[in-house]
Amino acid sequence: MSSMIEISGLKKEYSRKKVVDNLNLEVGRGELFGFLGPNGAGKTTTIRILTTLTKPSSGRVFINGIDVAKDPSRVKSEFGVVQQHLSLNRDLTIGENLELHARLHHLQSRERKERIAELLDYVGLSDHSDQLIDSVSGGMKRRAMIARALIHRPKLLFLDEPTVGLDAQTRRRVWDLIRRMNLEGSTVFLTTHYIEEAEALCQRVGILHHGRLMALGSPLELRQRLGMVAVEMQGEACGTTYRYFPDRSSASRFIQDLPGSERVVMRESNLEDVFIELTGEKVMGD
Amino acid sequence: MIDAFSILWSDLTALKRRWPRYLLTTLMSPLLYLMAFGWGLGRGIDMNGTSYLDFVIPGIIALTAMTTSFNGAGTRLNVDRLYFKSFDECLMAPVELPSILLGKALIGVVRGILSSVAFLLVAFLIARHIHITLPFVLGLLLSCLTFAFLGVLAALLARSHEDMATFGSLILMPMTFLGGTFFSVSQVPFGLKMALYALPLTHSSLFLRAAALDQPLPWSSFLVLFLFFLLFLGGGMMALRRMSV
Repeated sequence: MSSMIEISGLKKEYSRKKVVDNLNLEVGRGELFGFLGPNGAGKTTTIRILTTLTKPSSGRVFINGIDVAKDPSRVKSEFGVVQQHLSLNRDLTIGENLELHARLHHLQSRERKERIAELLDYVGLSDHSDQLIDSVSGGMKRRAMIARALIHRPKLLFLDEPTVGLDAQTRRRVWDLIRRMNLEGSTVFLTTHYIEEAEALCQRVGILHHGRLMALGSPLELRQRLGMVAVEMQGEACGTTYRYFPDRSSASRFIQDLPGSERVVMRESNLEDVFIELTGEKVMGD
Repeated sequence: MIDAFSILWSDLTALKRRWPRYLLTTLMSPLLYLMAFGWGLGRGIDMNGTSYLDFVIPGIIALTAMTTSFNGAGTRLNVDRLYFKSFDECLMAPVELPSILLGKALIGVVRGILSSVAFLLVAFLIARHIHITLPFVLGLLLSCLTFAFLGVLAALLARSHEDMATFGSLILMPMTFLGGTFFSVSQVPFGLKMALYALPLTHSSLFLRAAALDQPLPWSSFLVLFLFFLLFLGGGMMALRRMSV
């Protein structure tokens, strides 16, 4: 078996509302995969199902070949999770949070100490180990959560909106960490509603909308399917409209034939364009 | 089992940081009850040859065990589960559900014992006939366990913080005043007496009072309290199973 994650026919309904609708997906070992979609698309619910926190209505999920529904205890050692919300224990220091996680994952005392020191260094928090969670910045908290998720050397890392609420500089630092973890062999499954994050990090992206997987492929493949060049036309009557072309020359020819009253912008297409074309909505909402 | 102590370790580490403030706040209610009922209303009342002060102190210890164990386990778990979401980290760790349940209840037991012992130390200064015997210690431990598991059960069933407050108002508050803490259950009419015997605090008060005052021990109350403990433990386990995969 070559897939790290295998999802087939996954469904989740709350009060007859489909939150995840017949999801079929495979994520390979060592892949950096991203789920892109707006809030409420079903990204977090999918991660909660994959990480044993939520029971699916139907469907099957295998992680590293282990059936999540049949053997949840075993599968829990295979992954680490960085949740979207701050799930650190606020009554403990950064070091103590890592210590608790190491204990729950049955690391022996000596190994715990070594691993905590190693990971604090890895995420650049060695000088902040004794600080209580509420006394450190949002970026430090996020890095502490990443360190905690890595403590038991998981093969698979789930990151649910890993940079939400972080400033641009801290976001880049977290991106570097994610790339480094992936380069060192971890499979990474992340969710995001930031287009630039999906484009910058992910080898493959799944676009999720109202619980349905609308498209799947590398950011480049998805853009190629749509057209690599976008032309934005801002007319007075019908607002902004978009046309997509395989290259700049065909886009230029199209622009030359347009009436002069419209304001026209030619640029490279992006995943936002792909999302809008597929769903008719913006990823970030209006 | 060792995982339960890992969970307890984190709660103890947090408690160590603020135990003086914790003791001060948890002692406030029992001391006020002692002053209002023991020294105020009850001064001069004789309870079949026992002063009202000696009568009420074991009841207040049972009450302290109930409130601190319930809140120590339940309120904390409720906040961890619904607000901070840090309880999810326990559920995603390779830890058996009974260990999670026990780990979350144990901090309530520790807090209940700490507060009860602190109150006892104060009570020893004014009460002359209170005895700490092995049955008393067993009764206190069982009371703390029972109410800690009740707290865990309530926290696992609660869908919001308001649910916990509602539970406190509808269950704990009536039990505080009707659970044989401040009056003898034997003196109330038969119908009400039966209703009061359905409360776990009544049995905790009866057993601790008898043990503290060197009276014949009501082992039936100990057994009923133990059954309540099993009921809350089983309920907590079912609630935890229902919420996890």
